[in-house]
Amino acid sequence: MMSSTFDTVANIIAETCDIPREKIQPESHAIDDLGIDSLDFLDIAFAIDKAFGIKLPLEQWTQEVNDGKATTEQYFVLKNLCARIDGLVAAKGA
Amino acid sequence: MRIEYFQLIDRIADLDLDGRTIRVDAQVPNQSTIFEGHFPGHPLMPGVLLIEAMAQTSGWLVIAATKFERMPFLAAVKEAKLRSFVIPGQLLSITAKLLHDGSGFAMTKASVSVGGKTTCEAELTLRVMPFPDPRLRVNMEEMAARIGFPKQALAHG
Repeated sequence: MMSSTFDTVANIIAETCDIPREKIQPESHAIDDLGIDSLDFLDIAFAIDKAFGIKLPLEQWTQEVNDGKATTEQYFVLKNLCARIDGLVAAKGA
Repeated sequence: MRIEYFQLIDRIADLDLDGRTIRVDAQVPNQSTIFEGHFPGHPLMPGVLLIEAMAQTSGWLVIAATKFERMPFLAAVKEAKLRSFVIPGQLLSITAKLLHDGSGFAMTKASVSVGGKTTCEAELTLRVMPFPDPRLRVNMEEMAARIGFPKQALAHG
């Protein structure tokens, strides 16, 4: 599950942001390593939402980061993002 | 259309929250200082204002979908096409469809038609957030009453 989730997300990022696919790794931080800004991330979120049939809770995540209750690594390092996606997909099917 | 105030929508003609679509009317004024400069002897509705009109149409759809709890702000314009001139005095029919209702953002596809012919279209991204100032919400509610925003939409679903 995780590897296919990662492949889907990495392909979305590569296509949406014109980033070489090989540069996108599970350890990559979408903002700090890949240079994706918040506006570009909306296109990624749109594609992820559609691909997985979920709604990434970006507002909640942003609020938690702004409030110091979470770090950006928890949401925007790709392996962590993929784990969140898997969790949302599982919750949807439950 | 109160073009100098950037209030471009005159009337909500149709709002379908199940179909996630909206249609509005917007009357381009015959006279405006904008047309004196854009352009002398060849007055045209500026393309950026047509895009803004599509953004405002999309915005009313988002406001209805969020039951007047959120304010949309234009964030990105994609695939914008201005197919023909729009001139003073023309009546615009503007439609928007909500493509995606994301967390803190929305994507729409909008178009402008004159006399049944599509003249402009674009895909728009809107950031959607709580009203940043209560005066803005009051102002939007006043505008909603003026343009016939269907209050029953707020009770929908």
